[in-house]
Amino acid sequence: MSKPKVAIFDFACCEGCQLQIVNMEEELLDLLTVIDPVQWREGMSDQSDEYDIAIIEGSITREEDEEPLKLIRQRAKILIALGACATIGGINKLKDAFDLDDVKKTVYGEAAGMPHLATAPVKAVHEVVKVDYDVHGCPIDGKEFSYILRCLLAGRKPAIPRYPVCVECKLRENACCYEFGKLCLGPIIRAGCGALCPSNGFHCFGCRGYVEDPNVNAAKEVMEQYGKTVEDLREKMQLFGTRQEFTL
Amino acid sequence: MSRTIDINVHHVTRVEGHGNIVVRAKDGKILKNEWQVPEAPRFFEAMVRGKSYEDIQTIVSRICGICSVTHSLAAIKAIEDAMGIEVSEQTDKLRILAHYGEQIESHSLHVGYLVAPDLLGQKSVVPLASSHPDVVKAVIAVHRLGNTMMEKLSGRKTHPVRLVPGGFAKLPSADDLLDLRGMLEKAIPPAQAVAATVAGLLDKIPDFDRDTEYIALVKPPTYPFYHGQIGSTDTDELVPVQEFERVINEYMTPQSTAKWTRWHRDAYAVGALARFNLNADHLLPLAVETAKQFGLKKGCCNPYWNSIAQIVEIVQVIERSIQLIDERLKAGIEPERAEVTPRAGTGTGCVEAPRGILFHKYSFDETGHCTGANISIPTNQNHGNIQKDFESLVPSILDREQDDIRLLMEMLVRAYDPCISCSTHYLDVEFV
Repeated sequence: MSKPKVAIFDFACCEGCQLQIVNMEEELLDLLTVIDPVQWREGMSDQSDEYDIAIIEGSITREEDEEPLKLIRQRAKILIALGACATIGGINKLKDAFDLDDVKKTVYGEAAGMPHLATAPVKAVHEVVKVDYDVHGCPIDGKEFSYILRCLLAGRKPAIPRYPVCVECKLRENACCYEFGKLCLGPIIRAGCGALCPSNGFHCFGCRGYVEDPNVNAAKEVMEQYGKTVEDLREKMQLFGTRQEFTL
Repeated sequence: MSRTIDINVHHVTRVEGHGNIVVRAKDGKILKNEWQVPEAPRFFEAMVRGKSYEDIQTIVSRICGICSVTHSLAAIKAIEDAMGIEVSEQTDKLRILAHYGEQIESHSLHVGYLVAPDLLGQKSVVPLASSHPDVVKAVIAVHRLGNTMMEKLSGRKTHPVRLVPGGFAKLPSADDLLDLRGMLEKAIPPAQAVAATVAGLLDKIPDFDRDTEYIALVKPPTYPFYHGQIGSTDTDELVPVQEFERVINEYMTPQSTAKWTRWHRDAYAVGALARFNLNADHLLPLAVETAKQFGLKKGCCNPYWNSIAQIVEIVQVIERSIQLIDERLKAGIEPERAEVTPRAGTGTGCVEAPRGILFHKYSFDETGHCTGANISIPTNQNHGNIQKDFESLVPSILDREQDDIRLLMEMLVRAYDPCISCSTHYLDVEFV
């Protein structure tokens, strides 16, 4: 079997998820024995438009970026959304909480009206084209990326957790953030990160997106138990949760 | 004989973010010679408004995946400046270690994965894995060291979680520091091997000089990345970081719509070569030796040599990190919690990103919610200088083959290690 051709593309993002692929170091060299990278602007000068798998990093923030993405979708047999900007719109969607003209004026002042500064409400990749696989997180975890890619090459469906971060946090025997008076989105956010942030003394801010069918009542109970309000929770949900399908 | 040159590099490869090179010349006359940036703007300065001081570093870290520790630290320093918070020496030194980790990671990525292919005549690092396996292994060893430092000190390799206003959400253990010390010692030979390899390829680095103003943090008798005042090779004046707006002087040019920066001249450069040109007297012994190996001296005005200065800095921060860890191990890790009482105010944070000096400024209301932000990114500060380099370089190489001209221009852009995703302020010149 010939090696599948893989192309990586980046739209509006920090490129930190591509960096996690580079950070796989020797494992990436191993991966390169079973796949054939044909286009990766950040890493190589060769470019080919023939590929089997397209990996998309970043959000779509301008209308002019939708056509290239649709073209990539047409060319690729499989399309993977890489990281929170691609899977849920990520931090970019914070912009959408403001009036877009005001956003442009705030950053660019008098030049805000220039045509190339046009900006549209942010779209995750699935809001423009069909996505076959999501690699969640901000940034992604290189191990999870590798797992999903290996499943794909082996023709298996990757198993991504459908339970909240709290489950993994409890397994790691962390003291609950709420015990220290800190708000945490663990009860409603998709696990799979190994509760990395709470394990490092920080709260979960929701980069993997909401778990399917979040247990809202349980989250509200937690708020009550610790003397917090749903409003407090909503403020924390802005970071990666602005303009998502699910809201409290 | 009529000769037309038409270079149109739509998205330079092996750089972070999207940039274009456009050159048009006919019969020896240059009609167009431009460095353009069509990156989609992301509007961070607008997005942080209304957000709590507790969330700012988490948001702005996402400006750049390659310098996320740097952005977090610049924001945290600005918040602490605004709220009058003094951190402990332990916090200060441990942050510097995390920041050194990022310099090592970013520099080794740039030199090893993005620039080395040019020097070895390849189009990516992939073929180097089989043609030069020892070099690639040495680069990986150094790159991994940088990542591990950030992981142990800030919680992960990219987008730190432990760095918060007032201190650390979780402190590293003495064992973590001891492990890092071992890794640092072990990384010296591979770092020197990378240096030796590149020193053997100096003839592949273009010979091009343009007298340039360099700007970086200065704090004698140290080689600073995290503390200091703003210094320039054009003046002895040192400017407090709170006054950075009178250094960057953002302005519009008649030839393009880009906001550029200037201080004493039309443009200035920031980055490893700027830091070296201002602070080389304060390098540690192994870094001095590495600079000598290349013949790199203060006053170097060859922008392609920024990559060489980065190699010297890798050695410098490894050496300095070992000293810092020894100091911390001797003092012992003291348990402490990051405590902040929010108050209204405006503050500035300045640190050296791997690719140059970075400024963050925020205002907060009495509840600690952000009311305004101004962020000035090193790559923005370099864009004008890249253009000035183009204007000096292209006439001198116009008689060469078009592919050669293109490669030299691409290599020049790459040498600045641009991080275009960061450039929240850059206004595009023209789409091609």
